[in-house]
Amino acid sequence: MTLHEYDVVIVGAGGAGMRAALESSQRARTACLTKLYPTRSHTGAAQGGMAAALSNVEDDNAEWHTFDTIKGGDYLVDQDAAEILCNEAIDAVLDLEKMGLPFNRTEEGKVDQRRFGGHTRNHGEAAVRRACYSADRTGHMILQTLYQQCIKQEVEFFNEFYVLDLLLDKDPQSTPEGEEVSVAGVVAYELATGEIHTFRAKSVIFATGGAGKVFKTTSNAHTLTGDGMAIAYNAGLPLEDMEFFQFHPTGLAGLGILLSEAARGEGGILRNSEGERFMERYAPTIKDLAPRDMVARAMANEVREGRGCGPHKDYVLLDLTHLEPAHIDAKLPDITEFARTYLGVEPYTEPVPVYPTAHYAMGGIPTNVQGEVLRNNTDKVKGLYAAGECACVSVHGANRLGTNSLLDINVFGRRAGIAAAEHALATEAAAELPEDAEGRLRAWVERLRDTVGTPGAESIAQVRRELQETMDRNAQVFRDEASLSAAKADIAALKERYEAVGIHDRGQRYNTDLLEAIELGFLLDLAEVVVEGALARKESRGGHYREDFPTRDDENFMRHTMVYGGEQLRLDYKPVVVTKYQPMERKY
Amino acid sequence: MTATAEAPAAGEVASFEVTLRIRRMNPEGTSEHGAGEEYWEEHTIQAHATDRVLDALHKIKWDIDGSLAFRRSCAHGVCGSDAMRINARNRLACKTLLKDLNPAKPIMVEPIKGLPVEKDLIVDMEPFFASYREIMPFLMTSGPTPERERLQTPEERQRFDDTTKCILCAACTTSCPVFWTDGQYFGPQAIVGAHRFIFDSRDEGQWDRLEILNDKAGVWKCRTAFNCTEACPRGIEVTKAISEVKKVLNTGEI
Repeated sequence: MTLHEYDVVIVGAGGAGMRAALESSQRARTACLTKLYPTRSHTGAAQGGMAAALSNVEDDNAEWHTFDTIKGGDYLVDQDAAEILCNEAIDAVLDLEKMGLPFNRTEEGKVDQRRFGGHTRNHGEAAVRRACYSADRTGHMILQTLYQQCIKQEVEFFNEFYVLDLLLDKDPQSTPEGEEVSVAGVVAYELATGEIHTFRAKSVIFATGGAGKVFKTTSNAHTLTGDGMAIAYNAGLPLEDMEFFQFHPTGLAGLGILLSEAARGEGGILRNSEGERFMERYAPTIKDLAPRDMVARAMANEVREGRGCGPHKDYVLLDLTHLEPAHIDAKLPDITEFARTYLGVEPYTEPVPVYPTAHYAMGGIPTNVQGEVLRNNTDKVKGLYAAGECACVSVHGANRLGTNSLLDINVFGRRAGIAAAEHALATEAAAELPEDAEGRLRAWVERLRDTVGTPGAESIAQVRRELQETMDRNAQVFRDEASLSAAKADIAALKERYEAVGIHDRGQRYNTDLLEAIELGFLLDLAEVVVEGALARKESRGGHYREDFPTRDDENFMRHTMVYGGEQLRLDYKPVVVTKYQPMERKY
Repeated sequence: MTATAEAPAAGEVASFEVTLRIRRMNPEGTSEHGAGEEYWEEHTIQAHATDRVLDALHKIKWDIDGSLAFRRSCAHGVCGSDAMRINARNRLACKTLLKDLNPAKPIMVEPIKGLPVEKDLIVDMEPFFASYREIMPFLMTSGPTPERERLQTPEERQRFDDTTKCILCAACTTSCPVFWTDGQYFGPQAIVGAHRFIFDSRDEGQWDRLEILNDKAGVWKCRTAFNCTEACPRGIEVTKAISEVKKVLNTGEI
């Protein structure tokens, strides 16, 4: 075992992790651990833009942005957090520009802006140009720019270090309310050597990204297995609003590869088998630029009412053929190349087959607006922070607006980085490590290594496939009691089979087989939380649509779900923070 | 009642058989092969029309031999994890469709060349990233920070657009014959990384970077073999970027 000591340890080197690292490493001794290399993080796959009311091309303001964010999130958004998000958005974009981010420009040389779903002028009058962008590779530019700044600032990275356990000084569930629980560090597995490392730290920031691999059809990377969320959950911390998963309307049909909403922001139109622009029926004012949950549902509804396209009538079409090829090349070069490469479709002349794809977890590790992690509705874990997709502040509520996630990682990554460093500087010593800190991980790894050659062992891939299939079948765009109960039963059975899973590779070096087995355990834990939350939420709100409860029920459910693990999974609720926006019917 | 896409595009096309011939090496050895011994291994699998080389590798890893080691993440050509030598050409495994590779013959899959092999298709990326860091790949400016954004016209922005697309996959650098044989050469990616800033109207560190590139390990080692341009999965005209840097060094004008 190797012991490292830092003021601040950041887990994850995507947008949120590196934005935090830039702040933290200026102030305190910081290590940034990532299971990949920083530039491999899935922030780089984000395409369309980053929202900020810069008013560079038309009148806009942060209050309109705040309203859109809250309404888009179907009033499950914590409104104080949304105000911070939208007020700090402008500086967040300008900061990136000053770091060198190559935004697209207006003729006057300012950062250009374009339309995006759910972002409107004056509380819903019409679509507004709020998304700052760099062609359809905005996330790539953010990731590269942040990495470049980390190089400049000599941030210390530990590449291909998988953080697999979180160390707290007390059990957060059995410790009475009001008593202090502190972070002590994390335990990591080094991919290159198989060595286990303990990192003791005064502050720890989780910025581990999403968990899209819970589903089969997803825009998410293979590595998005919800590690940070699951580790926190298994350490006794709650997860908030996990039943809210965003299905992005335009995944390449059958593959799930993301085609940015910017395609519609630039004028693309969704059509059914009759050639009809069906979004006119579902959102008469902003049509194809309605929020993602509504568009995804509309698409799925067209398909199930028999107006789907293709031989199986199981997708709809994204039509860009009326756009000038030069415009497409300038604004949407990557996604049109995806259509050519992966489906052999030429978007200049042919509409592209699309279908909703699991895209983004609105829920996650509960935090306050400083990024501090909560262990119940009120108590913070001292020194523990979370930011980005793995966290739930909650600025996205029941449905995130496009371009608000690249914003989220920058605003709350920055905040968490500053808060974590300041906490570390004000703290004399990190909490004591528990005895045999890496014991739990070592036992887990050794148990898996011992499964090599076990006759009749379960296959990792098979269990994972079945998990993803049941989630797609039963917990996707449309859900009901029966489908969710089926998913619950399937997950319980798969969890049992997981106990008998066997790996092939006993080696120490680059044992990705072993790590896939561990990641599968995380996926199973999180799928269970998603489904339990969805079963209990007997209403429809944002990305969570119950056919048996098709309307929103503010009286009973305008509150956050808090799921606690341990011996027996337990549900609780947390009030939504309302500042000045009273819930109203969501029409576009 | 639930509506999900059951691989509509793929479902239409009959599956076909494909054989992968994979260059393997286990640093700890296996029951049949010594530690560090390199060898070829063949697997035949069933594939669909939309399957990529990465899907085939996953099928092998997930259903046949879990010890097969390779890096991957996004699986659609933007994260840069899975550059490999496929049929003697550097490509991203997630962007290379099997049907485009003549499945009648075994598809050869090897680690990218010129970096130390760690295990199977995984190489040590550290020397590659070290070269990138060396060219100071970050915006350098002087004077007070402006309140709003620095202005840049669309034409100025366009000037360095091509090289902003780089995903640091190393396909270019590890396709370069000079890089293979010359332990000192930065390789094309570092020059691409420098180009992105040299031609950015906001940057003031051009000459610091150009001085590094003018060094003996720098841009003059390039023999314009064009391998890098062919290898780039992002379609960056790497050789052109290098020649633009050479031109600036020759003329002293950006």
